[in-house]
Amino acid sequence: MRLATVDLVVRYPSTTRLALDGVTMEARDGCLTAVLGPNGSGKSTLLKAILGTVPVRSGRALVDRKEISAWSRRELAREVGVVPQTETIAFPITSREMVAMGRYPYLGAWSSERDVDRRAVAAAMDACDVADLAERDITTLSGGELQRVRIARALAQEPRALVLDEPTASLDIRHEMAILELLRASADRGMNVLLITHGVDLAARFADELLLLADGRVAASGSPETVLRAEVLERVYRWPIAVSVDPTSGTPHVTPRRAPPAKDPDNAR
Amino acid sequence: MRRMPLTLGLLGVLLVSVVLAVRFDSVPMATPDFLAALTGTGEGWQRDILWHFRLPRALLGALVGGGLGLAGATFQALLRNPLAEPYILGISGGASVGAVTLLALGLAGSAAWALPLAAFAGALLAIALVFRVATASGRGMDVRVLLLAGVVVAAFFSACIAFILSISEARTVQSAVIWIMGSLAGADWTEVGLAAAYTLPAAAILLSLARPLNLMAIGEETAHYLGADVERVKRTALAVAALITAAGVAVAGVIGFVGLVVPHALRLISGSDHRSLLPLSFLGGAAFLTLADLFAKLVLAPTEVPIGVITAFVGVPIFLVLLRRSLSA
Repeated sequence: MRLATVDLVVRYPSTTRLALDGVTMEARDGCLTAVLGPNGSGKSTLLKAILGTVPVRSGRALVDRKEISAWSRRELAREVGVVPQTETIAFPITSREMVAMGRYPYLGAWSSERDVDRRAVAAAMDACDVADLAERDITTLSGGELQRVRIARALAQEPRALVLDEPTASLDIRHEMAILELLRASADRGMNVLLITHGVDLAARFADELLLLADGRVAASGSPETVLRAEVLERVYRWPIAVSVDPTSGTPHVTPRRAPPAKDPDNAR
Repeated sequence: MRRMPLTLGLLGVLLVSVVLAVRFDSVPMATPDFLAALTGTGEGWQRDILWHFRLPRALLGALVGGGLGLAGATFQALLRNPLAEPYILGISGGASVGAVTLLALGLAGSAAWALPLAAFAGALLAIALVFRVATASGRGMDVRVLLLAGVVVAAFFSACIAFILSISEARTVQSAVIWIMGSLAGADWTEVGLAAAYTLPAAAILLSLARPLNLMAIGEETAHYLGADVERVKRTALAVAALITAAGVAVAGVIGFVGLVVPHALRLISGSDHRSLLPLSFLGGAAFLTLADLFAKLVLAPTEVPIGVITAFVGVPIFLVLLRRSLSA
């Protein structure tokens, strides 16, 4: 389930700045693609535009070579599972109820869960290690637990592509690594995984392809080695940066330097 | 698994409430007379009281209460807030203006079936007004602004009702109290039929939206990604919940807080899955309003208290507790 954009332009109503300014990108099956970039560079907007939840001014957003607007939400939800950045839960429900919502695109208005649905929910909860949280009220879960429940919900959709917006933000090492390993394994099984993250080093270790955004444009894309170069990163993040090779993993390691440029008084200490 | 016992329990409570409502009234009837009238052997006028006054009144209360309970649960899911309720949002007030306008124009006699539709038009007007104010900030829907808008719009509609009633002939309209505080007095089988004709199909539509409403309660963006046609669900649910409110207002006036109290209590007992919450809210609302009407008849018998007084006495404290909680969250 290929996800792609061609010259995509997005402008939010009542703003003059383009949130996305001619983005062309592609995320393929069996690949883990990480989208990087400073705050406000358009990462989340790109995700929403690909998935048809922000209006596109021009250009194309394609899911499996079909324009996003040609998909029904129901069809799309069977193919693409999404974990948005934030959700505010209005009423308490159990973890299992939350994960079972992933079966919505497979069920009619009056039909109840079938065996195949129960199996998909159980498998997704096992994969995310949340089976023992099934009857817990989600408003009582820790950040890491809730995040894994939300990923389980996306997996319960049995999608061919998985799109996640900063799923490991605010998680500790163990939970962050567990989720990234899960995403890597999903990609290795042929899934198309598109991940927005601020974790540059971990993206370098887990992703096949990086897409670096700056001011709504693609600053660089390709393998971690080609994207994570000091001169590119310094320009995009506007901060002095050193790139070395991580001796343990052999992948690029990004070190923001101390001592910000003195000529920029806003950034001086 | 708690759903079945709870459903049966509520059905039992509803049944008992209806029986009690038929048995007791502001004008007492001795038990032997009641039993005789019930079995069809008593005096004609006593049978008439049972079958043509008390029973339709009890059933009308159940229909209106069920509709309000269901509408409340629906608005709460759509607005993702336990404080949303047709009365507090000003929607009942709008419906009331619609109904009173039709009555004042003298059209209700020729087309009683149109009364709920006039109320519906008023309810939609209220929704448009309240939501436009609440979203004016551009940053989504602020609950505090929404509640404030509801209160102000409701106050405006109360003034409209008072004005319309004061310029129209007294005998063409019932007393202002009914339209502002609600009443089931004078219910007849025509009204029961009217309420049922609008409420029951509308309820079926809302129940069919239970699953997408579950998704909406997590958030509209997520609901999109899980496959819900969010805009269609929102439009349908809002319109149908407004219609069900309007049908209730057209036959019983403005009765507040049923849609607040009932879903809140049921959510505590059975959880927030709308597949059970919506049908339970209908049953619970039906039982609650039938019992509230029983109180309204008996508390100051032979004088009747407006039923909206009873529901407000129960509902306002619960509303304040919920408000405190949602503001501190």
